Amino acid sequence: MSTKHPHESGHKLIAGATGDWEIVIGLEVHAQVSSKAKLFSGANTEYGAEPNSQVSLVDAAMPGMLPVINRYCVQQAVRTGLGLKAKINTISVFDRKNYFYPDLPQGYQISQFKFPIVGEGEVTVDLADGETVKVRIERLHLEQDAGKSIHDLHPDLSFVDLNRSGVALMEIVSMPDMRSSLEAAAYVRKVRAIVRYLGTCDGNMEQGSMRADVNVSVRRPGEPLGTRCEIKNVNSIRFMSQAIEYEARRQIDIIEEGGVIKQETRQFDSKTSTTSAMRSKEEAHDYRYFPDPDLLPLELDEQWIEKIKATLPELPDEKKSRFMSDYGLSAYDAGVLVAEKDRAAFFERVAIGRDSKLASNWVTGEFFGALNKAGLNIENSPISANQLGKLIDLISDKTVSGRIAKQVFEIMFEFGGDPAQIIEKKGLKQVTDLTAIELEIDKVIAAHPGKVAQVKDKPKMMGWFVGQVMQSTGGKANPQAVNQLLRKKLGLG
Amino acid sequence: MTDNSELTDLTLAQARDGLRGKAFTARELTQSYLNAMNDADALNCFITKTPDKALAMADEADTRLMRGEGRPLDGLPLGIKDLFCTQDVLTTAGSHILDGFTPRYESTVTNNLWQDGAVMLGKLNMDEFAMGSSNENSYYGPVTNPWRRSGGETKLVPGGSSGGSAAAVAAGLVAAATGTDTGGSIRQPAAFTGIVGMKPTYGRCSRWGIVAFASSLDQAGPLARSVQDSALLLTSMVGHDPKDSTSINAPVPDFESAMTGEMKGLRVGIPKEYRVEGMPEEIDRYWRQGMDWCRAAGAEIVDISLPHTRYALPAYYIVAPAEASSNLARYDGVRYGLRCKSDDITDMYEQTRSQGFGDEVKRRVLMGTYVLSAGYYDAYYLKAQKVRTLISRDFSQAFNKVDLILTPTAPDAAFGIGEKANDPISMYLNDVFTVPVNLAGLPGLSLPVGLNAQGLPLGLQLIGKALDEETLFRAGGALEEAAGFNATPTRWWRDV
Amino acid sequence: MSVNKDTVRKIAHLARIAEPEERLEPLARELSTIIDWVEQLDEVETEDVPPMTSTVAIKLPLRDDVVTDGGYPEDIVANAPGSQDQFFTVPKVLE
Ligand SMILES: [Mg+2]
Ligand SMILES: [Zn+2]
Repeated sequence: MSTKHPHESGHKLIAGATGDWEIVIGLEVHAQVSSKAKLFSGANTEYGAEPNSQVSLVDAAMPGMLPVINRYCVQQAVRTGLGLKAKINTISVFDRKNYFYPDLPQGYQISQFKFPIVGEGEVTVDLADGETVKVRIERLHLEQDAGKSIHDLHPDLSFVDLNRSGVALMEIVSMPDMRSSLEAAAYVRKVRAIVRYLGTCDGNMEQGSMRADVNVSVRRPGEPLGTRCEIKNVNSIRFMSQAIEYEARRQIDIIEEGGVIKQETRQFDSKTSTTSAMRSKEEAHDYRYFPDPDLLPLELDEQWIEKIKATLPELPDEKKSRFMSDYGLSAYDAGVLVAEKDRAAFFERVAIGRDSKLASNWVTGEFFGALNKAGLNIENSPISANQLGKLIDLISDKTVSGRIAKQVFEIMFEFGGDPAQIIEKKGLKQVTDLTAIELEIDKVIAAHPGKVAQVKDKPKMMGWFVGQVMQSTGGKANPQAVNQLLRKKLGLG
Repeated sequence: MTDNSELTDLTLAQARDGLRGKAFTARELTQSYLNAMNDADALNCFITKTPDKALAMADEADTRLMRGEGRPLDGLPLGIKDLFCTQDVLTTAGSHILDGFTPRYESTVTNNLWQDGAVMLGKLNMDEFAMGSSNENSYYGPVTNPWRRSGGETKLVPGGSSGGSAAAVAAGLVAAATGTDTGGSIRQPAAFTGIVGMKPTYGRCSRWGIVAFASSLDQAGPLARSVQDSALLLTSMVGHDPKDSTSINAPVPDFESAMTGEMKGLRVGIPKEYRVEGMPEEIDRYWRQGMDWCRAAGAEIVDISLPHTRYALPAYYIVAPAEASSNLARYDGVRYGLRCKSDDITDMYEQTRSQGFGDEVKRRVLMGTYVLSAGYYDAYYLKAQKVRTLISRDFSQAFNKVDLILTPTAPDAAFGIGEKANDPISMYLNDVFTVPVNLAGLPGLSLPVGLNAQGLPLGLQLIGKALDEETLFRAGGALEEAAGFNATPTRWWRDV
Repeated sequence: MSVNKDTVRKIAHLARIAEPEERLEPLARELSTIIDWVEQLDEVETEDVPPMTSTVAIKLPLRDDVVTDGGYPEDIVANAPGSQDQFFTVPKVLE
């Protein structure tokens, strides 16, 4: 397993008409803090409420309203920063970002500009081939979300709902360290895994708890960075990959035809899988940032930060190396298992006290395969870790063979139930009784004298005999015992 | 007492004692103020009168007083600057853009007053969004100062931005009033109308529910007819409010009892930089007179220097418009107030804000937008905030040597309506002595000390250490007694 | 003049205030006067001076993560010049 530094990763070049191009991607991930109340008001943050029903006077920017910050949100930003191996800034400042938009009631967003709560960090991104890439984090800052404008309810009007107005977001800004849509996707998955492990954000992209602004540019390998375009508010990993692919191709085509890239804000259309310039964001912005005079600088106590550090859970990277050393798993298997917290936990419940390699094979192979096929996840899995563990025990103590166990697994997955009972009821118990096996062997030998004569010169024919015996026992015979006895009876030693 | 005009002559403290002694009822007191208000439309002090609410509140106060359950301000009729949001009562900030805005909430400060039993007479006129020093910038028209030059009929400004509050108190239309002070908006109009105005330490009064002008400078305070009255009112207005992140959680002293009538052992600083060019000689004379009164009351006079004083106004005219440009962005025609019809959102914004804001507000919003815009932040806003640090340090150093500072409140007396309307900077200069106090967040009190040659009131300002309002009330009480100022304007407006 | 007509046009648009063409020149003059006047701050040496961040000697207060507010949509839209079904309504925004 090798770790590539982003700048040496020249392996993701894409071909243009005039030569190879490199895609350069930086991401701004907006992760909603999993708080009950908003960042600066006591209104509820729950998803899916009636319009404007989770709006306080503060969120609606009524005259004379003032922000008061939510301690929990500050804590979660610090936890997330620590999870991103980043520097926590003991003094940070809330600024106003001024612009007009109907779903921005104050006429400014309270965000952090010059002095964010979290500084530089690093994320190790696991790629599908088992390799990893380091993506540097530039910063994480706290800010308020805007409300929601709905444009398709009326021919001439937009409707504004402020339920999201003021919800706490952590904006996690990466350096432009990604070189392909695969790396970008893996990065978002990793960041999502980290915040889910920490419990600081539920990572639910469908409900908008996590979304990304994607900065894409292209360049000839080795050349300085090209002009970037920012694709706003992409709300699924699949869409992000499509947006990057389309955007990179678009930029390459423009440059190869002699054009220049205009720095602009674009939006992704999931119906056509294309990006287009945003009309409303076309004009040059001048956000006139300045420190919010309604808030004082946020000062954090070193000891408070240390206390948070002490309560951090085991994070994916640490868990991965522990799985490799404690359970002897490959980097790939460990990576797959730790990608999601509940999957890793499931594996551990299965593996503890058992053959860990066998446990890993069953969890990542049969079990995840069945879940994916059924479109289920751990929460609503029909098989519990305890049940799967019992099945593995029955393999280990030779009650069933691996092959039969797969049948048992399928029954468990579809109808539920205890593996031992299923085996008992269906009569799937492995035959280890040597006399019974011997009897079957004798029958086969008696029925095929020609083959018996041949096998001495062609030892490969052993397989045929084993197959015959297994068939006649309905697969329940212990394969090792069959093998041994056959050899003896056929005089193969 | 049956003669209503006499009831409105009482100070807040006298009225309180009268109510407690059952000499008259809160309803009687309130009714006499309502009568006085209705006789004074020529002054244009009120944007909204709330007589029904006033009488209902008075009746509740009477019930409590009858039962001997009187609260600190029970039955005392007050006027409220129209910058305070008042539940179910039109709140305009003096602006067209808040047309019809009726909040469903009550500001913390006014809520404190009602909790203490006070009665609301109505909402007082003011410079639009508290921007101005003359009250000529109200959408509801200028307020006229009840004072006139001797023998003249020229309409004078009451000062601003709490001009409606000051004029109403001086004319006896309300027993006392609330104001707000961002750069002198309580103290300067108090001086122009011969009353007492008090701006407490920044953070003493909650800003929750007060329409914001410049958040780092805005502070509410009382306008009243005596130092004691302002102490009484301030005691009810202040207090820690968890809804305001800049609210101070400090014990609230009983300001009234700080008034001991003497100044023994106090060191009073006289800043040499407050002697500005072109200041009328009589202001200087009253200032020196003030020093004598201090000495006579047992204080020591100490010369001090506040070297960055002259940079306070320019710093203020960067910081305040910058904050205002952002604070006023919410007036966009979407959630409340005026909306100009248009089928394009940007056009709707631009027309609404162009028609909804008056000239001075637009000027300051543009100024603030400019100084914050790309490339200018460091040169203007950051620079001004650094100068602010220096101004604040000047005061800290001075307060190592003195307990309080004595200055004139304003460089001149009230001027005629329209006289300075075309020269913004000369208008801004009105606040040259008051603005540094806001920049440093300190408490300041203005009290009337005499009349100028034209018969117009002049005021002196006391500046205190942060959270040391008590010393200001103590010294203010002593100076008030020494000055013996008891002139009142003739009630010419009653014939108009 | 520190502020010209084009600058006024730009900042008026940033501030979303419609200023008719004939007002741009006078406004440029007015704003320039004020800007020139505030520029006397350049005389002050501020190299090592920190900017004032607050006048109050307190720390930023933090509140608990408890739902204490909201649940009154009719109050939220009560003063709105345009509303429908508890939404605010505005002229259609084109993205
Ligand atoms: Mg961003
Ligand atoms: Zn953001």
